[in-house]
Amino acid sequence: MKSIKVEAKTVEKAVEKALLELELDRDEVEIEVIEEGSKGLLGLIGTKDAVIKVTEIFNPVKEGKEFLQTLLDKANINVQVEVMESETNEEQVVFNLKGEKELGLVIGHRGETLDALQYLTSIFINKELEDYFRVLLDAEGYRERRKETLERLAERLATKAESKQRKVVLEPMPPHERRIIHIKLKENKNVKSYSEGKEPYRKVMIEPLNN
Amino acid sequence: MQKVVEFIAKSIVDNPAEVEVNRIENNKSVTVELSVAEDDMGKVIGRRGRIAKAIRTVANAAAAKQGSKVKVDIK
Repeated sequence: MKSIKVEAKTVEKAVEKALLELELDRDEVEIEVIEEGSKGLLGLIGTKDAVIKVTEIFNPVKEGKEFLQTLLDKANINVQVEVMESETNEEQVVFNLKGEKELGLVIGHRGETLDALQYLTSIFINKELEDYFRVLLDAEGYRERRKETLERLAERLATKAESKQRKVVLEPMPPHERRIIHIKLKENKNVKSYSEGKEPYRKVMIEPLNN
Repeated sequence: MQKVVEFIAKSIVDNPAEVEVNRIENNKSVTVELSVAEDDMGKVIGRRGRIAKAIRTVANAAAAKQGSKVKVDIK
């Protein structure tokens, strides 16, 4: 975060000068008056310049976007970060990654890279904040598509468990993906689902219920 | 890749000036050695190594772009 000390004839002039230099608006900074400054007598004797310290206020959305974009640029990955304004508020930010050829690279195997980027951005942002700020990262609707895929998989395997009357074991999945499956299968009265094993190898099990 | 590791580390530690990154080339693989101030070790490793794992995953995405793999050693 940027912070500068500025001197001018009056506090107001010093603020103007600082904002111009920092290229920021007044609501993006914190102003500390170090010296009020005085016109002196008839503007001749005892004039004193005003001194202020202007510090940029930490803006999680702006800083998070910059962090992600810089990271992707340094990795030489041609993907752009965009803020999803409609889903961003006081408590959370949703970033969307856009790119043509290299989007798969930032999603990774089953969203592993997307999750890692989301986690690191959250660590970076929350390091500066007292209250937890939620960071969500998506890549052109990947999260929703993945959710639909998992729900279809859950239904298909539930039918299999039921018709074969035996337990079906899924591949290891991260917690939020297992959760999608459990929620989907809650509405199915013919099977029950639970997880077994240690992270990151924890797996969903689907078992037929005999009524 | 070392630029990526360096940038992430410097962004999440308290003493960015003490972040040091070295790149060691082997035959096929690249190793990036990351060292930070002692007080910052927890910041780059995280609970159960979760942050270290995320750094490795992102470094490997950067490596994949160049068709290689990278190992990240934290010391």
